[in-house]
Amino acid sequence: MLLNSHYSAFGIHTRGHTMNSGLVQELGKLLGEASVLHKPEDLLLYEYDGSVEKARPNVVVFPTTTEEVSRIVKLAAKFNAPIVGRGAGTGLSGGALARTGGVMLVFARMNRILEIDTENQRAIVQPGVVNYELTRAAEPHGLYFAPDPSSWKSCTIGGNVAENAGGPHTLAYGVTTSHVTALELVLPDGEIVRVGSKHGEAPGYDLTGLFVGSEGTLALVTEITVKLSRKPEAVKTLLAIFDSVDDAAESVVEITARAITPAACEMLDGWTLRVVEDYIHAGFPVDSAAVLLIEVEGLTEAVAAQAAVVTEVCNTHSAREVRVARDSIERELLWKGRKNAFGALGRLAPSNYVLDGVIPRSKLPQTLGRIQQIGTQFGFQIGNIFHAGDGNLHPIVLYDPRDAAQFERAMQASTEIIRYCLEVGGALTGEHGVGMEKSELMPLTFSDVDFDLMRRVHDAFNPDCALNPGKIFPLNKGCGEIRIRKQSGAATAHL
Amino acid sequence: MTMTSVEFTVRLEAAIGASYVQTDPFSRAAYAVDEIIPSAVAKPSSPEQIAEVVRFATLEKLALIPSGNRTKIAIGMPPARYDIALDMTALNQIAHYDPGDLTLSVDAGTPLAKLNATLLDHNQFLPLLVPWYSLSTIGGTIASGLHSPLQQFYGTPRDFLIGAEFIDGTGSLCKSGGRVVKNVTGYDLHKLLIGSLGSLAVITRLSFRTFPAPIAGSRGFVASFPNAEGALGLRRAIAESSLTPLTHDIVSPELAQIFATRTPNTPEAAAFANLDRRTAQTSLPPIGNWFHPREWQLCAAFAGTPEVLDRYARELTLLAERFRATSTTILDDTTRPAVWGRLRESLSMLLEASPATVILKIAALPSQHPALLASLCQIADHAAVPYALVARAGGTLYFALLPALANDETTTVLAHCAGQIFHSVSTAAGQILANRGHATILFAPLTLKQRISVWGVPRRDLPEMRRLKAAFDPQNILAPGRFAGEI
Repeated sequence: MLLNSHYSAFGIHTRGHTMNSGLVQELGKLLGEASVLHKPEDLLLYEYDGSVEKARPNVVVFPTTTEEVSRIVKLAAKFNAPIVGRGAGTGLSGGALARTGGVMLVFARMNRILEIDTENQRAIVQPGVVNYELTRAAEPHGLYFAPDPSSWKSCTIGGNVAENAGGPHTLAYGVTTSHVTALELVLPDGEIVRVGSKHGEAPGYDLTGLFVGSEGTLALVTEITVKLSRKPEAVKTLLAIFDSVDDAAESVVEITARAITPAACEMLDGWTLRVVEDYIHAGFPVDSAAVLLIEVEGLTEAVAAQAAVVTEVCNTHSAREVRVARDSIERELLWKGRKNAFGALGRLAPSNYVLDGVIPRSKLPQTLGRIQQIGTQFGFQIGNIFHAGDGNLHPIVLYDPRDAAQFERAMQASTEIIRYCLEVGGALTGEHGVGMEKSELMPLTFSDVDFDLMRRVHDAFNPDCALNPGKIFPLNKGCGEIRIRKQSGAATAHL
Repeated sequence: MTMTSVEFTVRLEAAIGASYVQTDPFSRAAYAVDEIIPSAVAKPSSPEQIAEVVRFATLEKLALIPSGNRTKIAIGMPPARYDIALDMTALNQIAHYDPGDLTLSVDAGTPLAKLNATLLDHNQFLPLLVPWYSLSTIGGTIASGLHSPLQQFYGTPRDFLIGAEFIDGTGSLCKSGGRVVKNVTGYDLHKLLIGSLGSLAVITRLSFRTFPAPIAGSRGFVASFPNAEGALGLRRAIAESSLTPLTHDIVSPELAQIFATRTPNTPEAAAFANLDRRTAQTSLPPIGNWFHPREWQLCAAFAGTPEVLDRYARELTLLAERFRATSTTILDDTTRPAVWGRLRESLSMLLEASPATVILKIAALPSQHPALLASLCQIADHAAVPYALVARAGGTLYFALLPALANDETTTVLAHCAGQIFHSVSTAAGQILANRGHATILFAPLTLKQRISVWGVPRRDLPEMRRLKAAFDPQNILAPGRFAGEI
């Protein structure tokens, strides 16, 4: 995994400048000069996302309509250039990077909320709508959009759909795919298709379910119909404070086993919460070993009962204290501490690598122990701040990217952790996606026949690998790098 | 049996062992799909053997249809070809269950009731209360795409199926997803298997997230109304309130009459933990006099602590009175199963209610229901065909035509009605619109299927579905012709 991506854009570089400028010119004619970026200094901003990867597109465009997207795609095909969609670039697996160069479509200007249908609890949005903006627009009607990744104030719903994004509150309400009922898509040949229905239960194969989370490798999403959820009547946010990480982990296991499904159940270990507290002053006790941030929602009577059970479970597992946020200000401060934690960690080291693995919840205590061991073995302090309630771990490795040897060690430690997650019956990624970060780890989970089928499904929609090449599939089983696009003319190998 | 088919059955026996293959006419007849009888029945005992059968079918260009207990095998169009029945019921083990993680992996042929019995030992369950519950296998339930009244609260399998293993049309044992509740590794291929009628792959194992069973203290609520408007109004008021009932269904007077006068033929298996499921219970108790056969009913279920139950009882009753309910009743553990067993078995009871029942599944947004209900009733009234319906929360509606006789004339009338319903659900002013609903026929007499496509107005995304079918099953050997668009 994590191949240093400096080989990116090599495909198109070999094609020489002429083709590149011809494409830029035609894109300019189609969209207007102001909607096309191609100077190296302008492209810099688009060569990275929230991951540790880097890859530069040859040209960045900002479509405003589905028809424009379709024309751009056709134009790119004519010049044999790869196409990559991008929302806000907050992704953590390199999904929105142009691994082999080409045309990047940034959906920032397709950012209109087209409809909020309160009676049927649906919204229709363009892909560039920021996640939080939809919730803000729905709030006056007592509704909200449930998926809430930490980056919700900047990430787009198009990006959420591509990555099947999660977030703290998806524990009770499900990740993005559970909230999408229909999509408008542009296929790599420029065809515009609609799948699913506003209702969501159209007869036939669940195409919507296939396209959500396909990481931009099957189609570009140009319109999204989502479900809106009703805001609960009551919310209680609890902060359980522990003197041992094991006790905190055991509490999570028992809360799950006791049939409580909190709306959110997050854990911060002692080292992480000290860093966060120092920066955000959320009220986390700096001398503790771990805290659980647990939220229960619903009817006032149900919330009271659930909060009582959660408190009892934490106390049984030797919680030092269980605090209940007194008001929305206290509650928001606690959540600010959780959601801005990665920013706080940025103050400690030049770079941090946020891992994403999943384990069965019953394996939480032993896995946290193993992560600690791996940290010691490779010489890193590894922090843990994660969605404990659904077993979705986010160990954080701090490193200095300028130190090549240290970077290499950090990546080795990360791979060890992910391998362990798989060993205990877990998964490679819970919400960040495979992207280019984990494509080389995919054979740990999937066999050759699995890849064969996935490839056939991929090729059913994206046969020439025009869309987001070099993602999900390991490079030797993928197509972007080893295949030559079928069109002749500018048929330069990606090799 | 033709000579060719005799020859292939011999080779099939050689490939997987004669004891796993049945060829006598009596055995084969039991596996008929729309009166088409397969030439052989294979009942493999391992995924490897199934893969062997699929590879055999690929080589010999034979069509096969996988099935469980075949309670829902009549869904879809008559198969274009059908040579081998693949009986999955020998694969019936719970492969993995981690109660602490609330996750479960189970073989496709496992009976749903057996599966839930294991889960209930840990006060958990799978919220799939589907018709023919006591006879259904988990694989058949997922492949048929039928939902349960609990979808209002727990969602559909799309929300809790977390992984699958299956044999694709090339005979390869593939997998997608996994055994954890959150996972975005690779394409969500398992979602495609839901409702696929065996047309993409043979499901061998399914993984789910399980749920805490609504154990002690769940309650039922029934409100009766003189017309549909009252029931629809109450449903909308509930949707806009803070209440989140486990189920709420609207039952038409005709279905209420069936509930009040009939008992499902399907043997009963206790689905909720609060009944003593060790005492054999073979049929549902009769429904009480609080169910008013000539009225529209809204039935809801809810669970929680005593305070929560009080709150639901109070507020539901108040809301119902606001919509002029003629009566309201709160049901407890003794009275509730009679209603919820029937709600679960609505489709099987409707099939039993007429010699030529047609059941349409209509997906339409809740806001469209008032006009839709009026239009459906008008179409049936105009054709003088008795009808009944149940409208699930969230907008899925089952509309049944219940003619008194099964004959040619009836078929003509039914075909006419179905065509009108397809059209009225999908179109507005003659245009097929994205935000309109979609109607398909779930169950119908074969004579009707021979006249019209049960899949209704062709969907715009059929070309994309065909691409998927070709990717999964390049030789078109899996249940050919049954699925939408003649897939």
